[in-house]
Amino acid sequence: MDFFDRFAVPNPSFAIYASMVAIGLTMIATLVGLTYFKKWGYLWREWITTVDHKRIGIMYLISALVMLFRGGVDAIMMRAQLAVPENTLLNSQHYNEIFTTHGVVMILFMAMPFIMFFMNLVIPLQIGARDVAFPRLNALSFWLFFMGAMLFNISFVVGGSPDAGWTSYFPLANEFSESVGTNYYMIAIQIAGIGTLMTGINFITTIMKMRAPGMTLMKMPMFTWSSLIANVIIVFAFPVLTVLLAMGTMDRLFGTHFFTLDNGGMAMLWANIFWVWGHPEVYILILPAFGLYSEIISTFSGRNLYGYKSMVWSMVLISLLSFLVWAHHFFTMGQGAFTNSIFSVSTMIIAVPTGVKIFNWLLTLRKGKIRMTTPMLYSMLFIPLFTLGGVTGVMLAMSAADYQYHNTMFLVAHFHNVIIPGVVYAMLAGLTYYWPKMFGFMLNERIGKWTAWILSVGFLLAFIPMYITGLDGQVRRSFTYSEATGFGPLNMVSFIGAAIMGIGFVLIVYNIYYSIRYAPRNIGSDPWDARTLEWATHTPVPEYNFAIVPEVKSSEAFWDAKKHGHELFKGDLKKIHMPNNSGMPFLMSCVFFVWGFSFIFSLWIPAIIATIGIFIFMTLRSFEKDHGRYISVKEIEEIESEMRGA
Amino acid sequence: MKLKWTLFTIMVSIAALLSGCEPLMVLDPKGPQAERLASDILLSMGIMVFIVLVVLGLLIYMLVKYRASKMPVDYEPPHIHGNAWVEAICVGVPIIIVTYLSFVSVESNYIVEAQPKGYEDKEPLVVYASSSNWKWHFSYPEENIETVNYLYLPTDRPLEFKLYSYGPITSFWIPQLAGQKYAMNAHVTTLYAAADEQGEYMGRNSNFSGEGFAKNTFNVTAMSQDDFDDWVEEVKETAEPLTESKFRKLLEPGYLGQLTYTGTHLGFSPPPSMEDMEDMEDMDMNN
Repeated sequence: MDFFDRFAVPNPSFAIYASMVAIGLTMIATLVGLTYFKKWGYLWREWITTVDHKRIGIMYLISALVMLFRGGVDAIMMRAQLAVPENTLLNSQHYNEIFTTHGVVMILFMAMPFIMFFMNLVIPLQIGARDVAFPRLNALSFWLFFMGAMLFNISFVVGGSPDAGWTSYFPLANEFSESVGTNYYMIAIQIAGIGTLMTGINFITTIMKMRAPGMTLMKMPMFTWSSLIANVIIVFAFPVLTVLLAMGTMDRLFGTHFFTLDNGGMAMLWANIFWVWGHPEVYILILPAFGLYSEIISTFSGRNLYGYKSMVWSMVLISLLSFLVWAHHFFTMGQGAFTNSIFSVSTMIIAVPTGVKIFNWLLTLRKGKIRMTTPMLYSMLFIPLFTLGGVTGVMLAMSAADYQYHNTMFLVAHFHNVIIPGVVYAMLAGLTYYWPKMFGFMLNERIGKWTAWILSVGFLLAFIPMYITGLDGQVRRSFTYSEATGFGPLNMVSFIGAAIMGIGFVLIVYNIYYSIRYAPRNIGSDPWDARTLEWATHTPVPEYNFAIVPEVKSSEAFWDAKKHGHELFKGDLKKIHMPNNSGMPFLMSCVFFVWGFSFIFSLWIPAIIATIGIFIFMTLRSFEKDHGRYISVKEIEEIESEMRGA
Repeated sequence: MKLKWTLFTIMVSIAALLSGCEPLMVLDPKGPQAERLASDILLSMGIMVFIVLVVLGLLIYMLVKYRASKMPVDYEPPHIHGNAWVEAICVGVPIIIVTYLSFVSVESNYIVEAQPKGYEDKEPLVVYASSSNWKWHFSYPEENIETVNYLYLPTDRPLEFKLYSYGPITSFWIPQLAGQKYAMNAHVTTLYAAADEQGEYMGRNSNFSGEGFAKNTFNVTAMSQDDFDDWVEEVKETAEPLTESKFRKLLEPGYLGQLTYTGTHLGFSPPPSMEDMEDMEDMDMNN
């Protein structure tokens, strides 16, 4: 029995047992459903083995939405616990696990795949390509991310969740964390991180090598630019995370002393390396979000984006600066006045390019013809709310003053204030914007606008009080507080705000359901009167994207075609070379899952077998001869005429 | 309609934030270091509120003026690339603001990392503050006494806290006297402070350190030098001596109330040998 003890949850509670039952029932329901409707073959052929960037994108989207609700439930439980002083809804250990998984899930398993969804869906279409540069690698990226996310999510029912914060500072995460929770953190993020690194390489290659004829770098649409820069950051930042997690894993499993208490270990090293990755990571999230806002604001202002060049240069500058500010996450570590001054100034400089972007968006509205659709409403709510988050960031950048903000709710309010309006609103705006491109019908506008307003009211109620309690000395990550502190009423307001946000997110699901049932299907391929290439092809997009590769002469090729008679598609149809589907990425990722699970529980024999298995897959791939397949002109003609007729 | 409503919501929030300022702990400083930090916070907050209002004003102007419903049906928005002057302003104004705040920030760094202003000529009271799960040990080497989870401090005298940890990274924070600083296992860090007024203050570990983190607080009492001397005398007469085995017991994870001992642990369990990182830098330069 000793062997099985390790899989038990160290701190069981009703919520955990309830989720065990829920997980079990969901799995049984899925299996039974798939068998009953005979969908196993469909699932395997059309989704699991697919290398089509659009389908991989949709799988990223589904994962991100599921994780959004997982992380959201964590958030509501935390706010409920803090709603009144001395609350006993959660105990300390449970609360610690929840805020840790909330952070990890929201950043790495919600926001990242959401970004990946947009990059996968939009970039090849936006640059007039037929797929990404390495389609099978793309599938492997997704499945590695997916297995990493699943591994992390079983932690709270098998063996216990990590409990040392999403930053997982040592030595708290080592000597003072006995369960396997932090092993989950190290291994699951490692597996997902390898996938992300591959995505970075893949999309840099795609954008650099596969743009349509005529699309020079300075004629790329802004979302493609922002993604290019984000992927460059990924390629520079993620290896740092890989090394860091490997060192952390060795400390925990093999007794090395990188970050330990004794034998010369240095905990500060973890904090430094973590944020060398961690700070660029937030720009990996925010830059594509900026790209989406640029597309949306330009489309619905009916105008070209103001200051295209300054937009590009500001992002380049932000990407460079993002690697030079990491120490602002621990001004209080005692580096001394000189070091803090350098990082304080470098951090504040980021406000300048970011400010330029805000002004450019405002000036894009000028002399435009503004249509207040749901994506535009999110973008217009984004501008003031994100500005509020940005300016509190400047306040935090004042390193001496940070001695008072650090570790308080003020900080928590700040980073939610940039991430929610900055990233989450962009995701929701982009989702609404690209929904018709994916599925051929629009999401309901009325419900969509209601959602945006409800989310915003909930957001203000949830996070403005934290600025105040932070300045009054309420620390973050504390599972309770005494009544004497007087934090009670404002925390109650915060809980109400969180609940209102919860309603907003449920409304999104309702909107999807409602629109599937009632939305009209005859909307054509350009429902928003948009400006860039992704709207120039049919809806739904054929697997080869464009029958004829478009020719481009500005950053708004489709607009040129609509308004200025520019001819996008010149020449005759030719046979199209497409990649074959493959089950290998999925199977290899399954082996990675086993590998990770074995490592987490120190089961060395399966770990060795899985390691060998991974190398076997790599060898097989190296000797595999797969030259892809061709779609003949006749087939293309058939598909095209059918699309035009539809 | 909706716009006015957003504006209203945001204004109310800012008003609430500002009106709430008076009693907030961080903005109610009782020592020169905390005072400097509070004035920095208020200064930056003022500038930042101004920026938010400008952006909000511009946004509302654009949205009201250029709504499609107000435009003629055949209006075609022009193609505008950019204007050197407008972009210069968009870059220039943030640069001016950031430059100004940078100067303030750098100046403050050197102020908080030195003896408090107005106390330079006085000999500082050195207190070694070390943390273990989930308590604070305060050693007064000069007085040769040690307390757990409470601090008695004299006013009108500079204070120098030497911080280190027997466990996870913690952060020593007395908001009304000075900012916070990490206490870590391998280094000693120094926090400078002074108490202008007598009174009771909240102190705590603000850096998450595991299960008992919520209770990881301590009480701070600032009193006159005479009262402080009396207290030291009283401790020396009444408190038990701190032995090594007793100290080892204190270090075990758990919660303790307030305890008082004669003698300190500095002799048998000295602070980490590597001194302040500032000193390390000096050493590197000398080599």
